Amino acid sequence: MSDPAQTPSRRSLFQMIGTVAGSAAMYHAMTVLGHAAESPFNGPIKLSAPPPGTSVLVLGAGIAGMVAAMELRDAGYRVQVLEYNNRPGGRNWSLYGGDVYTELGGATQTVRFDPGQYINPGPWRIPYHHQGILHYVNRLNVALEPFTQVNYNAYVHSTKMFGGKPVRYREVQADFHGHVAELLAKCTRQNALDQTLSKEDRELLLTALKDWGALDANYEYGKNLISAERRGYDIDPGGGLDPEPAPSEPRAMSDMLRSGLWAAIGAGHSYDMQSSIFQPKGGMGQIGKAFGKALEPLIQYNAKVIDIHQDAGGVTVAYVDSRSGGERRTATADWCVCTIPASILSQIPMNVGGPMRAAIDHLPYMASLKVGLQFKRRFWEEDECIYGGHTYTNQSNRVIGYPMWDYFSKGKGVLLGAYTFGREAFIAAARSPEQRIEDALECGARIHPQYRAEYECGVAVAWHRVPWALGCAGEWSDEGREQHYNNLCALDGRIILAGEHASRLAAWQEGSVTSALDAVERLHKRVMNA
Amino acid sequence: MIKIANGIAPRLSIAILLAALAPPARADTAAPAPEPRNPFEQQAGAEIYNGVCQGCHMPDARGASGAGAYPALARDRNLEIAAYPVAIVLKGQKAMPGFGNYFTDEQIANVVNYTRPRFGNHYRGKVPPADVKAMR
Ligand SMILES: Cc1cc2nc3c(=O)[nH]c(=O)nc-3n(C[C@H](O)[C@H](O)[C@H](O)COP(=O)(O)OP(=O)(O)OC[C@H]3O[C@@H](n4cnc5c(N)ncnc54)[C@H](O)[C@@H]3O)c2cc1C
Ligand code: HEC
Repeated sequence: MSDPAQTPSRRSLFQMIGTVAGSAAMYHAMTVLGHAAESPFNGPIKLSAPPPGTSVLVLGAGIAGMVAAMELRDAGYRVQVLEYNNRPGGRNWSLYGGDVYTELGGATQTVRFDPGQYINPGPWRIPYHHQGILHYVNRLNVALEPFTQVNYNAYVHSTKMFGGKPVRYREVQADFHGHVAELLAKCTRQNALDQTLSKEDRELLLTALKDWGALDANYEYGKNLISAERRGYDIDPGGGLDPEPAPSEPRAMSDMLRSGLWAAIGAGHSYDMQSSIFQPKGGMGQIGKAFGKALEPLIQYNAKVIDIHQDAGGVTVAYVDSRSGGERRTATADWCVCTIPASILSQIPMNVGGPMRAAIDHLPYMASLKVGLQFKRRFWEEDECIYGGHTYTNQSNRVIGYPMWDYFSKGKGVLLGAYTFGREAFIAAARSPEQRIEDALECGARIHPQYRAEYECGVAVAWHRVPWALGCAGEWSDEGREQHYNNLCALDGRIILAGEHASRLAAWQEGSVTSALDAVERLHKRVMNA
Repeated sequence: MIKIANGIAPRLSIAILLAALAPPARADTAAPAPEPRNPFEQQAGAEIYNGVCQGCHMPDARGASGAGAYPALARDRNLEIAAYPVAIVLKGQKAMPGFGNYFTDEQIANVVNYTRPRFGNHYRGKVPPADVKAMR
């Protein structure tokens, strides 16, 4: 959420409206929603049988590497996977009680969560249109449950507005939409849109605005039972001789604008954040685990790749034990699918052409932080009726995410206490895990005063410190894509790259899947034409 | 880690800055938060090093290594020519993001001037902010 801006210009006002409602939606008010774009995933791939004995080395056992390994194996290739970690999944990863995580610099955290509790330090949600990753989730029999992106009863919070008190998301959305609708209705009725819309359309627009913004008969947004149906009541309707319902008081338009709170209510509007969204039961890491099991004998763990060399005869990869270093070993194959993140690959000698090398060297990785906090009781549910979803704040923790499983269970729960990018995440990476947790507690306690009394333990993952990733995800610019993306993805001799970084779905597992499938198909075609 | 022969900054990748300031809409970001230019309030070199750089280069600039590595800036002969660290901080290189849009000329000069005579390095002379500006 951005800080309060100065009084916004007309233009920035409409930009805000665009952010919140979608510009087309505001302009035409009631245009039919656009048709969802087709997923690039076209169903399971089917590769013909390769020449007997054809071999492929897959580097990295994240989602991309394991999708590639599975499809190649199924087609009849001899497949070997080399993985730095002692587990499958890569960034697909959940932390449970008993897990030990050592970050770069040496700080070691032992997770002390109770059984059944966990945090996803990396991926946590799968939008319904990510049909590629969903295909493998189903193929591997990983159980899914709903992920709640938007919770109308969670909070939006700014330390600078409303006495620093959090405000319910529901109220912010109702007030922002209501005031915008009222303004636009006023413009329409004062003939400001006569050049733009026909008379008939203007009348339809007024009807739509009344409905969309919860306006009264005079096209005004105010304290009444119409707006209460959106923003909630001071006294909720009840039964029998309960008191009569009483509406709540809307906040002023300028407060809405100046607070910057409007920025948070767009969170669920983008294509990737729209319902339905899913999460694997028991943690996102269940997908990686299931993949690992299905590929068991093929994956060699604790193998740190240090050199990749191709020549006319094949590909030779040198690696050492990632724990002890020691003796240099080699693996060879006819072909290589490399899914090592570009952040790390930029440091590994590999004889590919200049264009691919330039592409790899071009890509820095984003900063990101997640903090998991275990509390003795689920006070957000018990005291505040918040079941899943997120609270947004202008503080350095940015987000509080509520657990989206085991609702109403008596006992403990783990909150996502911070989820940040950019500035906040850079600063967090420079701090110790204990400092990151303390900061998340300090911020959270301003929203939920129960924090300090109920807190038990936590874990903090700053992605630039993750030894096998060196960052959250590739940070492509438009110019970078233009210049380097095709070169990154092109087959270079016997080597092809795949992974999140080799996709147009930055920081999504769907990018890893579609990238791996595309790489495998192109590689296979090359093999069959050899 | 790159090694340079003649004190001239080697191939610098094109800085990717805007995306850093406003996370791309397509990435998994919970709340889109457009960041202002120069978001870091730290001014002194020590504050900037401890508040940002040490996230990768580590306390005491000792570097770190896992599947990939962050180079030590301690006893680092590549710091000899000040223009080199200035260019790296401005534009980034490989896994090091460019910080050109994150820091003012003064901030970059301060952190470079903090690093070069410290951590076992003994390089004298200060980069003025104007030199940073000229390299943008
Ligand atoms: C904070 C955060 C939030 C995210 N949120 C979501 C989300 O909600 N939904 C979603 O779908 N996606 C999300 N993502 C993105 C998702 O995690 C990635 O796109 C995906 O997991 C990447 O898979 P991959 O196989 O491409 O790379 P990785 O998972 O990184 O796999 C690469 C593998 O290579 C290994 N490796 C590295 N170096 C070496 C070496 N030298 N030798 C051998 N092996 C090596 C690594 O250990 C790793 O296992 C998020 C990511 C982060 C960090
Ligand atoms: C996200 C991690 C990260 C952060 C934060 C970071 N760096 Fe770097 N830095 C790197 C990496 C990785 C390299 C090596 C790049 C390469 O492979 O060429 C590097 C290289 C350098 C080099 C060149 C070292 C040499 O010997 O050639 C300098 C100088 C440097 N960084 C200074 C800084 C300063 C100053 C800051 C703080 C403003 C900073 N870095 C912040 C990751 C980081």
